[in-house]
Formats: sequence, C-alpha cells, structure tokens
Amino acid sequence: MRRAQFSPGALYYALMAAFLYLPLLLLVVFSFNDSPTLAFPLKGFTTRWYGELLLAGELLAALRNSLLVAAGASLVATVLGTMAALALTRFEFPGKGAFLALAAMPLVIPYVVLGVALLIAFSQAGIKLSLWTVGLGHVVVSVPYVLLIVMARLAGFEANLEEAAMDLGESYWGALRRVTLPMAGPALLAAYLNAFTTSFDEFALSFFLTGSETTLPIYLYSQLRFPARLPLVVALAALLIVGSLLVLLISEWLRRLGPPSGKEPAL
Amino acid sequence: MDQRGRVLTLMAPPTLWLLLLFVLPMGAMALFTFRAGSFGAEREIWTLEHYRAFAGNWPFQRLLVRSAFVALLTALGSLVLAYPLAYYLAFHAGEGRLLLLTLILVPAWTSYLLRILAWKLILGSNGLLNSLLISLGLTAEGLPILLYSPAAVVITLIYVWTPFTALPIFAALQRIDRRLLEAAADLGHRPWEVFLRVTLPLSMPGVLAGFFFAFIPTVGEYVTPLLVGGARGVMYGNLIQDQFVRALNWPLGALMSLVMLVSVLLALLLFSGLVRQSTRVRL
Repeated sequence: MRRAQFSPGALYYALMAAFLYLPLLLLVVFSFNDSPTLAFPLKGFTTRWYGELLLAGELLAALRNSLLVAAGASLVATVLGTMAALALTRFEFPGKGAFLALAAMPLVIPYVVLGVALLIAFSQAGIKLSLWTVGLGHVVVSVPYVLLIVMARLAGFEANLEEAAMDLGESYWGALRRVTLPMAGPALLAAYLNAFTTSFDEFALSFFLTGSETTLPIYLYSQLRFPARLPLVVALAALLIVGSLLVLLISEWLRRLGPPSGKEPAL
Repeated sequence: MDQRGRVLTLMAPPTLWLLLLFVLPMGAMALFTFRAGSFGAEREIWTLEHYRAFAGNWPFQRLLVRSAFVALLTALGSLVLAYPLAYYLAFHAGEGRLLLLTLILVPAWTSYLLRILAWKLILGSNGLLNSLLISLGLTAEGLPILLYSPAAVVITLIYVWTPFTALPIFAALQRIDRRLLEAAADLGHRPWEVFLRVTLPLSMPGVLAGFFFAFIPTVGEYVTPLLVGGARGVMYGNLIQDQFVRALNWPLGALMSLVMLVSVLLALLLFSGLVRQSTRVRL
C-alpha cells in the first residue's frame, strides 16, 4: 500500500472531518465563553460555568444515575450476549437461525416502538417505572451489539484450542474460563464499553421508561427549555464530549488488540 | 456434561431474556391496540375503535408518509456524503485508513442529544451561523431562519448519521477482491466504468446497510423534531410520543407504533430484495 498523499480524496476527507468535528468544537469553545447567551462574537474567557456545574445537585444525581444504569445494563448485556455468542459459534442446535433472527430484531426497530412496547408491558405487569426499567430497556438494545462483536471475535479463532484444553483434562467450563474467555477478553471489554456508551447516551427509549429519578440525557433534555441554564448544559456537553472520546479511543484500541501476546492461555 | 447440556445452559438465559423483554412486550403492544383506554376499567374493554380512528385520520397517515420522506432524504443525504469518504478510506488512504476511519467515527459516539444541541446553536436565528455572518458584515439581518423547519431536521440528522453510514460501506469496499478491478481494467473498461460495473454493485450490501443505519432511527425520530424542527418539522414519532405524554391514549399510540413497525419491516424486505438484484457484476 502506498502512503496517503494529497489528493481530492484527502481533501474531501479533511472537509468531512471538519464538518463532523466543528459543531463539537463550538460547544467546547462556548463552554469557556463569558456570556450567558450563545452567540458570536465571543465575550471573554471564563471557567465559571464549570464551577457552577459542581454545585448543580440534580445534575450530579442524574450523572450518578446514568453511570449506575450504564454499568449495570452493560454488564448484564455483555454476560447474556457472550453466553449466546459462545453457543451460536461453537454448536449446532435446532432453533439457531430463529434465535439469531429474533435477537438481531432490536437493531432494525425504531427505539420509539421498543419504548412503547416495553412501557405497555411493564405497565400491564404492574412494574413501576424506575431506573431499573430504564436499565432493562438498555439491555434489550445492547445485547444484539454484544452478540455481533463477540461472535466476530470467537469466529476468528478455531475451537481446537478449547478441545486441546479439554484433552488435557479441563472440563468444558474450565476450558471456557481459562482459554476461550481470556482470548476473547478484548472483544468482551469492547462490547461492554460499547454497551456502556450506548446506555449512557440513550434518550429515545429512556424517555418512555424513566420514573421519578432521571438519567443524564433526560435531565439534559429537561434543561434545554431554560435558556438561562444553557451555558451549564454546554459546559457539561464539553466534559461529556471529552469523556466519551477517551472511552471510545480505549475501546477501539482494545478491539484492535488480538489475544494479548504476553498472556497466552496457560494450559 | 454433554453438548446438549452445554447448549441449554448457555442458551437458556439469553432466550428467556429475549422472550420476556422483547417478544412479550411486542405482543403486549399488539394486543393493547384493541383496548378501549389506557387505564382502569377501560383497559379491560376490547374494541376496534382505534383502528377505525387511525384509518379515518388522514393527517396521521400523511405524517407517517412525511416522516418516511424525511428519513429517505436523511438516509440518501448521508449516503451521498459517506460513500466518497468510505471509498477514499478503502482505496486511497493507505496504511493509516483504520485510524482515519476511527477519527471519523469518534464524533458519532459522543452524546446524540448534544450533537443536536450543537446544531440548534448553529442554525438558530441568533445562532452561530447568523451571528457569524452578521459580525463578518456579510448580511445585516442574517439568513432567513433555518431553525424550526423540516430542513433543519434533515441537516441535523444527516450530520448525526453520516459516520455510521460510512462504516458498512467501508467494510463492503474493503471486501472487494482487487483482482476483479484489475480484470475489468484489463478488459478495456475506463475507471468510471469499472466503478459503475464492478465496485458499485459489489458495495451495494454495504450501501443498503448504511441506508438502514440512517433510515430506521430517523423514521422513528421524535427528539430532533422537538429540538430543531418546530411546528413545521413535526414527525410521526412525535405523534406517538404525544399519545403517551399528553393525550394519554395508549391504545392509539400502540397502534401507531405497530403501523410504523410493520412499515419499517416491509421497507426492509423490499429494499433488501432490490439490492440483491443489483449486486450482480456485469462486465
């Protein structure tokens, strides 16, 4: 492969990158602007919006709720998705195709439909809306992604390492624990982080399933109606942008990582 | 334990999950369309009243068609922006293409709500675009307001979905056997003919996936219209949301959801069929 050179393609790439990053950059720039209105020209540099953020109690509570829901929902989604991925990639069994088709369905359904369906189901089952119901909804939309990420990784290496471990006296579950899962580790972590960011950012579904306690996107949305609160929201936005960039870069790096060479499965 | 036991142990929890939290709610939603009301005793009465109300309500149906149109524009706009990007990355970006792809995807993974907010700040009448134009002295009044229009919804959503659309196209282009392109060139085809007859047909599965990555969420959108669409930018998703927030007519809302679900699945089948036809390479 030759190295990238200046070309119309590279120019187009640069323009698109600018198009994609500029709005985010604007939010970051305005988070330091010393004016309650968000318009040019810029007024002066301030960090007071960030200072006020720390005093916004409801916001911090919403942030905590979001972290809790995301941590829990992505853990459940990763466990369920990985179990299914293990069975689907390694065994033949009746109903496999049907399961895959059904499990992938949430990917092609608008969230508003899922939200309505879950809201009605919870209501009829007499389950009160709370952070738990939001979390359950997030698991539903995260499992398909986990399934795809982990299946791709498991298909990448053959089953014979597991078989070798079992020949050497490991039980099937022992081989899973000591060979398969460590080798799929980076994919599991990537799937977890993917589910985490999905849940942390999810609004359309949460809107239908949220009780009295709000998650961060729901809180943000409620604040957008008050122009006076906008600078605070923008400061929070800048923090979230930088934070999610970091999480994404870590997860991307993990996904690229093969089986860690220093940690070959110890048979 | 034998293989049967392993499969059962591994598959039981995910299957149970899928049945309880996906299949059952979908069924509950479908059944709820026959209920008379949202709560209490009304909820126990069966009726076809909402089907009649929906069928007789022309504005509902028109809004569904309009939302499908907005989603179509958004998906096509995203494809047009994303295809050259994916093409450049797959064929001309050299060794660093995965890094370059990641860079493009990064903004797409930051908060969805905040990306919409950014466009609200850009497109508003005293927003950044207009205040920039005024402070540069290009216009005195600013452009006619872009915010609170269907156009604002489409622009914002194209921004949101372009990176996601580029991803499957890139994957499809990556899979193309480069020898096919050489063979086509050896047969005397000019570069644009090679593109039209080989590259484009072979990348159609990626294009289709990209199309639905943008189309499906957009057809159900209700947040972006609320933030940047204004009264003229209202979409079918807002109508559904309204039945649960203000009108409190859950059965009608369930029916609207069901109609959207069926429409989306039909569109999916139709387009997949069309694309299967068009992926053949004709030299």
